[in-house]
Amino acid sequence: MIPVEFDYVKVTSIEQALAALKSGGEDSKIISGGQSLLPVLRLRMAEPSVLVDCGGIDEMLGVRDDGDSITIGAATTHHGVMSNPLVQKHALLLAQATATVADPAIRHRGTTGGALAHADPAGDIPAAALALDTSFVIAGPGGRRTVAAKDFFLDYFTTAVGPDEILVSFSIPKCDWGSNYSKFNRTAQAWAIVGVAAVVNVQGGVIKEARIGLTNMAPTAVRASTVEAALVGAASPADITAAAMHAADGTRATSDLHAKADYREHLARVITARAVRAASGI
Amino acid sequence: MAHISVTVDGTSYQGEVEPRKLLVHWLREDIGRVGTVVGCDTSNCGACTVLLNGRSVKSCSVLAVQADGCEVTTIQGLADGNDWHPVQTAFKECHGLQCGYCTPGMVMAAVDLLSENPTPSESEIREGLEGNLCRCTGYHNIVKSVAYAADLMSAGPTKGAK
Amino acid sequence: MTAALETDTALGKPIRRKEDAHLLHGQTNWTDNIQLPGTVHMAILRSPMAHAKITKLDVSGALKQPGVVAAYGAKELGDLNGGVPCVWPVTDDIKMPAFPALAIDKVRQVGDCVAVVLATSVAAAVDALDSIVVSYDQLPAVTDMEAALESGSALVHDEIETNACYVYKMPCGDYEASRAKADVVVARRFINQRLIPTFMEPRSVVAAPMGMSDEITIWSSTQIPHVLRVLLALVTGIPENNLRVVAPDVGGGFGGKLQCYREEILVTNLAKKLGRPVKWTETRSENMVATHHGRDQIQDIEIAATKDGKILGLKVTLLANMGAYLQIITPGVPLLGMFMYPAIYKMDSYDFTCTGVFTNKTPTDAYRGAGRPESTYAIERIVDELAAEIGMEPMELRKKNWIKHEEFPFTTVAGLTYDTGNYEAATEKALAMFDYDGLRAEQAQRRAAGDPVQLGIGISTFTEMCGLAPSRTLGALKYVAGGWEHCTVRALPTGKIEVVTGTSPHGQGHETAWSQIASSILGVPVEDIEVIHSDTGRAPYGMDTYGSRSLAVGGQAIKAASERLVEKARVIAAHQLECSASDLEFVNGSFQVKGDPSKSQALGAVAFEAFTAHNLPPGVEPTLQAEATIDPEDFSYPHGTHLAALEVDTETGQVKLRKYVCVDDVGMQVNPMIVEGQVHGGVAQGIAQALFEGAEYDDDGNLLTASLADYLIPSAADLPSFETGSTVTPSTTHPLGTKGVGEAGAIASTPAIINGIVDALRHLGVTDVAMPASPQTVWRTIQAAKGGAK
Repeated sequence: MIPVEFDYVKVTSIEQALAALKSGGEDSKIISGGQSLLPVLRLRMAEPSVLVDCGGIDEMLGVRDDGDSITIGAATTHHGVMSNPLVQKHALLLAQATATVADPAIRHRGTTGGALAHADPAGDIPAAALALDTSFVIAGPGGRRTVAAKDFFLDYFTTAVGPDEILVSFSIPKCDWGSNYSKFNRTAQAWAIVGVAAVVNVQGGVIKEARIGLTNMAPTAVRASTVEAALVGAASPADITAAAMHAADGTRATSDLHAKADYREHLARVITARAVRAASGI
Repeated sequence: MAHISVTVDGTSYQGEVEPRKLLVHWLREDIGRVGTVVGCDTSNCGACTVLLNGRSVKSCSVLAVQADGCEVTTIQGLADGNDWHPVQTAFKECHGLQCGYCTPGMVMAAVDLLSENPTPSESEIREGLEGNLCRCTGYHNIVKSVAYAADLMSAGPTKGAK
Repeated sequence: MTAALETDTALGKPIRRKEDAHLLHGQTNWTDNIQLPGTVHMAILRSPMAHAKITKLDVSGALKQPGVVAAYGAKELGDLNGGVPCVWPVTDDIKMPAFPALAIDKVRQVGDCVAVVLATSVAAAVDALDSIVVSYDQLPAVTDMEAALESGSALVHDEIETNACYVYKMPCGDYEASRAKADVVVARRFINQRLIPTFMEPRSVVAAPMGMSDEITIWSSTQIPHVLRVLLALVTGIPENNLRVVAPDVGGGFGGKLQCYREEILVTNLAKKLGRPVKWTETRSENMVATHHGRDQIQDIEIAATKDGKILGLKVTLLANMGAYLQIITPGVPLLGMFMYPAIYKMDSYDFTCTGVFTNKTPTDAYRGAGRPESTYAIERIVDELAAEIGMEPMELRKKNWIKHEEFPFTTVAGLTYDTGNYEAATEKALAMFDYDGLRAEQAQRRAAGDPVQLGIGISTFTEMCGLAPSRTLGALKYVAGGWEHCTVRALPTGKIEVVTGTSPHGQGHETAWSQIASSILGVPVEDIEVIHSDTGRAPYGMDTYGSRSLAVGGQAIKAASERLVEKARVIAAHQLECSASDLEFVNGSFQVKGDPSKSQALGAVAFEAFTAHNLPPGVEPTLQAEATIDPEDFSYPHGTHLAALEVDTETGQVKLRKYVCVDDVGMQVNPMIVEGQVHGGVAQGIAQALFEGAEYDDDGNLLTASLADYLIPSAADLPSFETGSTVTPSTTHPLGTKGVGEAGAIASTPAIINGIVDALRHLGVTDVAMPASPQTVWRTIQAAKGGAK
C-alpha cells in the first residue's frame, strides 16, 4: 500500500521542529525512525498532512553520562541504545528490553524515544522505563519541562507529550541492580502478550527492593506495585513465586486475538516470578 | 516533490520524489533496482531489506526522502557484476533458497548479521534473521548458509569471492 | 530400475542449482518488475463486509481524479465481468453459484471486488478509490458451518436455497459390521483450521495487447500458465490461440497460485478493452483476504478395533468449508484426502461422507497437500488415541496394522493400489536417529518428578498420493482436465540441448533437476542443457505444477522424450558410421560401434548432421528433436516416519520443539539436495499449522488475522533444525522410480507435533489439543483436563 500524500519537513533543531509542528497544525506528525508510523501510513490508518522529521536533531541523538544518571536522546535508535556501553553499564534493563523490540533491521531504524512517545501498551520499552524511574524532557511552545515516568504514560498511545510538543530526551538514574526483561510472545517477531521488566536490589541473598514494570497488562505499561512490596525480604524461589501472585492486581488486561484477559493475568504472575528470579539470581 | 540524492550500489542518483514514496518503491520504480522486492505492508517479512549507511533496514519502512544523502546497498550491489559475495556463495552451496523471493532481504540481513557478529552460533543466526520470513526452506538451509558464509569470510577476504 | 540410474550420471547427485545465480544477484524477473510503456495500473475497491447488498455504487467520482483512465463497477463492465471458473463439479447435483469477478448487487466475503480504477500510476489508482461512492446494506454473515446447514440460516447464495454445496459419499466395505465386531470404538472431532498460503511473492499480473496482432500476452505470478491460458480463453472469449501466458520468476505458490483469479480475468479483459497494458500487484493486505485459503474442515472420525489393537474399520464425516464461492478445484480438495484416510493401515471397511458448505469467507482451495494433510492429521491423531484407549505403545499399534513391505502391491480399503512401500525400513531408521528409548526414559523421569516442563514424543507414519494422475481416474472423479505431462527435447546444431517442459516451477528447482534427468540419458553435461518452461509461447503444452506432480509425471515425459531423441539420433549415427543401428551402443553421449570404439559419433555431431541434412538416411526428417506426452499409469505413494520431541511448559502452555527427525521415502531421488530442501520447507509449514497459524474470523465474517502481524508464520527463531533421512523404495509405476516430494513434509509433520503435545500431557488427562496449539490453547486445555476453569 501507499500512504496518502503529505508534506515533509526535515528539521535540525528543536526550535525548528516546534515551529514546523505549529505551522502544520493538528494533522502534523513527528517522524524520526518511522518504524511504528510507516506501517500505519501504508495501511492508511493515519493520514497526516505534514511529517516533521526529527531524526537529524543533534540534541536528540546519543547517550551521555550526567553523573547520577544517563540521558538518552529521543531519536537514538534501538540498536544505538542497546549497544551503548553507558546503557549496558547503568541501565542494563533498558538494553535488555530494547533487544527484544521487533527485529534487527527495525532496531537499526526505530528509535527508543519514539517507542516511548508512541506508548503502545504492547511495546517493550515503556515497562522498562517505568521500572527504571525514567524522567522525560519534553519541549513545547512554552519551553521545556521534565515529567516523571509515573506521569508520562496516560492512556492507549497517549503520553504527556502534547500535539505541539516533542520528546527531546529521557534520563535514567544509574542502576546497578540485577535486571531482566522477559517477553512472552507467540513468535519471535510478534508483540508481547505479556512482558515483565524487573530490577531487583539483592543484598546478602535477600531482596531489599524491587521495581517491576508490566507490558500489555493495561492501557499503558504499569508498575506491579503490590508485587514490589511483597518482594521486600524475599529470599527463596517460593517467596518470589508468592509475591508474584499479585502481578495482576490492579491491572486492566484486555482480550485480543492472541490472549484473553484471564490468561494474560495468569501469565503476568508466572512471568513476573521468572523475571524476578532471573534478575535476582534467587 | 522533494529533491534527493542517494548513492545506490556505488552509483549516485538524483531525483524528485513525492515525500510519501517509500525507499523500496523509489529503488524499484524510479531507478530500476528491481532486485529488492516488496513482500508485505506491515514491515514483517523483510524481503525489502537493504543496507542503509551500512546497516540493515527494511526499505518499505523508510521514506525515500529520508534516504537523502545516504548510501544504500542492495542485493544487486553486494558483489561487482558477476562476482559472488561469500554470503551469496554460501546460499548457493547450502541450498539456502528455493523460490528466491525472500532471498534479497535474507542475504542482506545475513550480511549485516555477520558484520556485527562474524562467528555466530546457530541460535544467534536464527535470532539475527527473525525479521526475515521465508516460506520455502523452513530456514534449515538458510541457517546452514549463514554459518558457512561465516566460515568463508573468516578464511580470508579472497576466499569465496568467486 | 532403469540402467540409467545405476550408471555414473548426473542423476542422484546433489548438484547445486542453476536457478540460484540470478536469484542471488537480484537479477530477477518477477511479474511486478515488468514496466511496459503506457501501462495503466489497476486498484480494486474491495468489500469491507462479509455479506451485504450493494445499495449504491457510483464510480464517476473516480474518473475526475488525476491520472485516472477508467473506472468500473459490475454494471459498467457488463460482458467483460467474467466469471471465475470451477473445474471440479464433484457430484451431479453440486450447487455451483456464479462467481463474477466484480460483485453484482451483493458481496459475499470481505475482500470481494466491488469496483476497479485504472490510472497511470499505482498511487493515483489507489488514491482515486476514495472517490467511489458505495453503500451497503449489511446482511447476516454465515460463518459457522454447522449453523450454515441448519434450516433458517442466512444464505450465502439465495438462488440455490441452501448453504450445502454438495454431499459426497464413498462407502467401502461394511463399516457398521466392523463396528459391531469391535471391542473398542474411539471417536473424535478434529478441527483442521483454515490456513492462508502466504507465499512470499504477492500475486501480480500484467496483460498487454501485442501491437497489431490480436495477441494478448499475460504475465502472471501463477503456478499454472498452461491451464490459465485455457481458462482465460473460456472465460474471456478471447481465442485461445491469441493468448500467451507467461509465468516469469514466481515467488512460491504452495497451491495458492494454482488458480484462475478474478484479478487475472479483469486485467486480461481490461487490457483488451483499453488497448494498452494493464497491471495489478496485490498488497499483502489484499493477499490475506483475496488469495484463496486452505484446509478449514471439521472432521468427525471414528475408528473401530479389537482390544488387542487390530483396526477393523474407519468412519469419516467431514464438513468442508468452501467459503463464499467455488474456485478452480474448491469442491475437490476434500476428495483428494478421501482416498487417504485409511493411509498405511489395513482394515475391513471405510465409510466417507463429506458435505461442502458455503460461508461468507474467502474461498478455500488447494494449499500444500490439499486434502491429504487433513486426512493424515485425522488418521494419525485417531491412531494415537486408539493406542491410548487400549493401552498400547502407539508405534506398536501402527506396526500391527500397517501394510508390510512384502504385501505390496496392496489394494487399500479405499480402492487405491499402492505399488511399493517399506514402512518398516523408514521407521527403523527414524527411530535410530531419534533416540526414541532415551527420550521415553526422560519423559518418564519428568513425569515422576512433576516437572513443570513435560516432554512429549509425537509420531506420524504417513503416506500420501502424488502425481495427479491417470487422466481416466481424474475423469471418473469428474475433474475436467487430464493428468498428463509433456516434454520436447531438442538437440541444437551446436550440441546444446533444450528441454521444453510443461511443468511450471516456482522454487522447486526444475531447471536443475530436469537437466539432470536429460543429462543422464543424453550424456550431455548439465550445464549444456537449457530447460524452457512456464511460457505458453515457448513451451506450448503442459499441465503445470501442483500436487507433487512435476517430477512424478513430468519427469517421465522428460525421460521418454530424451530416450526417443536418442533413438532418432541412433538411426542418423548408424547411417553416418555405415553400420546398422543395432550395432551401436550409446555411451556418455556418444554412439560407438560395438567392438570398435574408434568408430563413434557424439550426439552433438549427430545434431549437426540433422541440421545440415546433407546426408540423412532415407525417411529421416531433418532436425533432431523428440517429444513425449505421458499419462501416468497410476498415482505414486511416498511415505515416511516423522518423530518429534517437544517440551511443553505446563505453567504457560508454551511448546518448544526440541528435536525433529524424519525419514522420507520418495523413491528415486534425482537431486537429494533439492529433496531435502523440499522436506524442510514442508515440515516447517506443517509445524506452523500445528503451532502458529490459523485464519481467525469474527462472527461478522471479518478476517482478524489479516496481516503478517497477526497471521503468524514462523521465523528462523521459531523453528529448530531438522534431522532428515531417507529410504529409497522406487515406485514401480513410474519409470524413473520417483514418487514426488513437494507436499510430503507438510502432510506428515502436523500430526507429529500435536501427537507430541498430547503425549506430553496425557497423564494430566489431556486427550486432544486444538490447532494452532498456541500457548493459551495449551494452557486452557491443561486447565480443563485438571477440572479447573474454562
